[in-house]
Formats: sequence, C-alpha cells, structure tokens
Amino acid sequence: MTNTVDVDKRRFLTNATTVVGGIGAIAVAIPFISSLSPSAKAQAAGAPVAVDISKLAIGQMITAEWRGKPVWVLRRSEETLATLPTLVSELRDPDSDNTDQQPDYCKNPGRSIRDDILVVVGICTHLGCSPTHRPELAPEDLGSDWKGGFFCPCHGSTFDLAGRVYSGVPAPTNLVVPPYHYLSENQLLIGEDSQGVA
Amino acid sequence: MRLLEWVDARFPASKLWNEHLAHYYAPKNFNFWYFFGALALLILALQIVTGIFLTMHYKPDTELAFASVEYIMRDVEWGWLIRYLHSTGASAFFVVIYLHMFRGLLYGSYKKPRELVWIFGMLIYLALMAEAFMGYLLPWGQMSYWGAQVIISLFGAIPYIGEGLALWIRGDFVVADATLNRFFAFHVIAVPLVLLGLVVAHIIALHEVGSNNPDGVEIKQVKDDEGIPVDGIAFHPYYSVKDLVGVIVFLFIFSIILFYMPEMGGWFLEKDNFIPADPLKTPEHIVPLWYFTPFYAILRAVPDKLFGVIAMGGAIFVLFLIPWLDRSPVKSIRYRGPLFKVALTIFTMSFLALGYLGTQPATGLYTLMAQVFSILYFSFFLFMPLYTAIDKDKPVPHRVT
Repeated sequence: MTNTVDVDKRRFLTNATTVVGGIGAIAVAIPFISSLSPSAKAQAAGAPVAVDISKLAIGQMITAEWRGKPVWVLRRSEETLATLPTLVSELRDPDSDNTDQQPDYCKNPGRSIRDDILVVVGICTHLGCSPTHRPELAPEDLGSDWKGGFFCPCHGSTFDLAGRVYSGVPAPTNLVVPPYHYLSENQLLIGEDSQGVA
Repeated sequence: MRLLEWVDARFPASKLWNEHLAHYYAPKNFNFWYFFGALALLILALQIVTGIFLTMHYKPDTELAFASVEYIMRDVEWGWLIRYLHSTGASAFFVVIYLHMFRGLLYGSYKKPRELVWIFGMLIYLALMAEAFMGYLLPWGQMSYWGAQVIISLFGAIPYIGEGLALWIRGDFVVADATLNRFFAFHVIAVPLVLLGLVVAHIIALHEVGSNNPDGVEIKQVKDDEGIPVDGIAFHPYYSVKDLVGVIVFLFIFSIILFYMPEMGGWFLEKDNFIPADPLKTPEHIVPLWYFTPFYAILRAVPDKLFGVIAMGGAIFVLFLIPWLDRSPVKSIRYRGPLFKVALTIFTMSFLALGYLGTQPATGLYTLMAQVFSILYFSFFLFMPLYTAIDKDKPVPHRVT
C-alpha cells in the first residue's frame, strides 16, 4: 500500500458524486414544483356552463362565470353589426389572424357563431382587468368617434363590439372567444365546442 | 462572571458581542441619514411579532379570509391594534427603506468596497416587495384580488412560457383559493426566512468592510497604536444610544399615524379593499399601494405589454448595477461635482413624480408625463458612467470633518 494520492481519481469521484447528487436534488424538486400547478379539483371546476339566451334583449349583455372568469354574452343589433366593417382601419387585428384568441369557427367578421350573439371572455388581454361595456355612441370620455365597445378602466385599452382591440392601446390582442356551441336555438354551452371539451 | 466564561468556552457569545457591537468602530460623524438602518431592523421585528399574532386569528380561505380580518378588527381583543400595527408597519417599512437607499446614493455607500452590502440590500428590497405584494392579497378585498390579478398577469407577457408560468403561480385559471393559500404560506414563512437570512448577510458584509459616512472617507486608513480607527467610536454604547433617540422620534410619528389615520386616507389601506373580492367586477381604478406606484407608472408608460414589463423590471434591476456604473473616485455628495448633484436631483424628482403618476388614471397628459419621467429615470443610470467620469469632483479630506 502506497501513500501517494491519485488526484485525478479523487477529482473524478468528487465530480461523479456531485452530478449524481445534483440529479437527485432536481428529481426531488419536481414534486414540489408540480404541487403548485392547478390541482385536479381546480381543473374539474373548469367544466362547461350552460347559458339561456331566450330572454336576452337586443343590446343587452349578461355575464356568465366559466373557470372563475366572466364570460360576456351580448346580443348585438343590426346597426352594431353594420358598424363593425367600418372600424377595420383602426384595429390591430381586424381579421382575427391571431388564432390563439378564438376557435376557428369564430374567425369571421363578428367573431361569433351566430352573427348577433357575441361570446367573449371579459378579461382584458393586457393585465387581466375586466373591461366595462360601453355601448353608448360618442360618450364624453371616449370621444366622438366611439361606436360602442368595451373600455378597460385599468390602463385604457379599448375593444369594439366584436372584442377586437383598437390600435395604440396597451392590450396586445383581441379579447378571447372561449370554445362554445349551441345546444338548441336559445341554449349556449360555454367551455365546449361541438367536438367536445376544449 | 463564571457563567459567561463557561458559555464563551463553548459558544462565541462575547466574541460576537464585541465584533458587532462593543468593539465595532463606526465613523463618529454619522448624521440624520444614518438612523434608517436601525429603524428598518426595528420595523422588521415589529412586522414579525404582529404577523405571528395575526396568523393566530386569520383564515387563508377565500370564503373566510375577508370576514376573518374584520373579525380581528372588531371581535379580537386589541386585534385592531395588532392589525393596524402590521398594515401601518408595512408602509413605514418602505418609507424607512427608501430613505435608507437614498442615503446610499447620497454618500456613495454602494461604492468599493461595499458593493456586496448594496447587492444584499437590493435583494432585501426585492424580498420586501414580494412580501408586501403577497401580504396585500390576504385581506381578500377588491384591491387585493385585482392587484394580484394584474401583477401575476405580468408574467404572462413573457413569450412562450408566460401563460403557463402565470397559471403555475396562481394554481388556478384565475386568482383563487389556491392562490390565496400559497401566498399565505409565502408571506408568513418562506419570504420572511429569506428576508432574515439576507439581513444577516447585509450586516455581516457591512461589519466586514466597516460603515461608510457622510464624508465618504475610509476611517480604517488612519488608526491609533491599538489599531482602532482614530475617527471611529464603538457602536455600543455610542450609536446604540443615539439610535434610541431616533427610535423614540420614529415611534412618535408612527403612533400618530397608527392611532389617528391608520388608513392614511386610502394611501396605506385602499378604500376599495373594504369591499370583498369580486372576480366578476373590476374596480374603477386599480392602483397599487404607494410604494409600488413609481414602477407601476413606468409599466403603464410603455404602450406595449412585453416592453412595459421589461421596462418595469429593468427599473429595479438597474439599481443592482449602480456600484459599477458610477466611475467617480469620490463617494460622498459633499465632494462630488455639479453634474452628479444635478443628475441625482433630477432622478429623485422623477422617482417622486412617477410615484404620483402611478396613482392617477393612465390617460393623455398623465401618460405623456410618465413617459418623460421614465426616460429621465433611466437616463440617471444610462449616462452615469459618462457624467461621473467627467465631473469636476472636489478634493476629499484625509479624515472625517
């Protein structure tokens, strides 16, 4: 037996131990990090909600709750629908080209399945405030060009009555259209399209 | 003292006492600005003690949280006092910390060899912001809820991973029970532990290099025969007693606010936070508490979500770099040239102006002003290597004056 120290061997063993220990530490961290993700209960609470629109008058908006978020259901008038094409030049994404913001079946001028019924998640795409419904024409605070839409009081973002964002406001994208479909003429199911749960 | 000898042979009690108090030599010329470190420690202790007692009555559950805070305020004996001590203490903490940081800017306390003292201090400031933000969710009022909703959404601006990250932080699709519960855990144990560790590191680093002073002179350069700095005096009893005077004056002011205006007209506890959280209705104006408003104003000044978030983060991050941005050989403002004095004045005014603008609606003229002041804020740091290098500094004395 000699007293000489094999430095290379020691270094190799130190490095090997460090790497194995490090992998172990990462493996142990995974359950803790994963435990912060939405639980099975929170995911189950994201179940679809049914909305009855038979009593919804023209121009009236109701708010449903889906996954804890407000979902607006608005019945638009013929005049409102007629103004939508005239706003195109003032909008950031008038043709809904950002496919993350709506299901394919709502990539149309009114961003809806039925022209008159708008269904959008009422959460501003900027920082998550809930905008207010401002259907009136040319109110004092929003200017004479205002054709009705949604105004976010937090940071001043504006959207038209199809949930399309105006240019030059903090919100980057159009309001989100959730997956939905019609169970019958006056029954909506939000959170699920005709192919099943989103 | 037999007992002390017995302990000292087993634990360095006397050694620690001497190194950090009785034989820690601080410059003899400390002024008004040097009260705030000790006051910050006092408030930290106050927040921990009041926090522990609040935890005994508070319920971190979306169904119960709002009512349990009202229960503390109305039904728990002296509960109103403990709660107001904690909520007023939070604002007092930031007042004291901002003054403490401003002292560092005035006298160049971040400069070599105190870069790590400054870095640890900045990390304390970050931890404190996290602590305050998560604590504000706990009463589960409208501002608690929507403030958290807005701030967590900031993470959503990060490309690709943002939305998933925000979901992971909330633990649900919106701010919900899971969010409240984990914020409670972070607020009462995780962040305070980090905070205490950082405070220890801050003080150890400070006592290693020694305190700066209003002249920015290193007192260790002139020592007497026993190796004690000629311009130094023992922290205890000289500064421990002096700090007591500061504590008394502070408690005077603190008590007046605590007993006569604990909500400070909506500045310390916002009016909308006396309405229970409603996930379907946003308050008219979402305004963070006053100590976050300068950064909030910068966020809103940028008309783009991602760049707004980057600007806000950058406004805090750039403070970490200041020891290396400052090229002047002079520490104290007393011997700095006019360029630095003008720059620091503009910076201070911009910070205060942004703080005000962050409380106002983001429309027209206000947004324009926020943009101007944001540019001035960043200019202080961006041009610092330039103006500190060419500034006409005055000669620094050999010893403190």
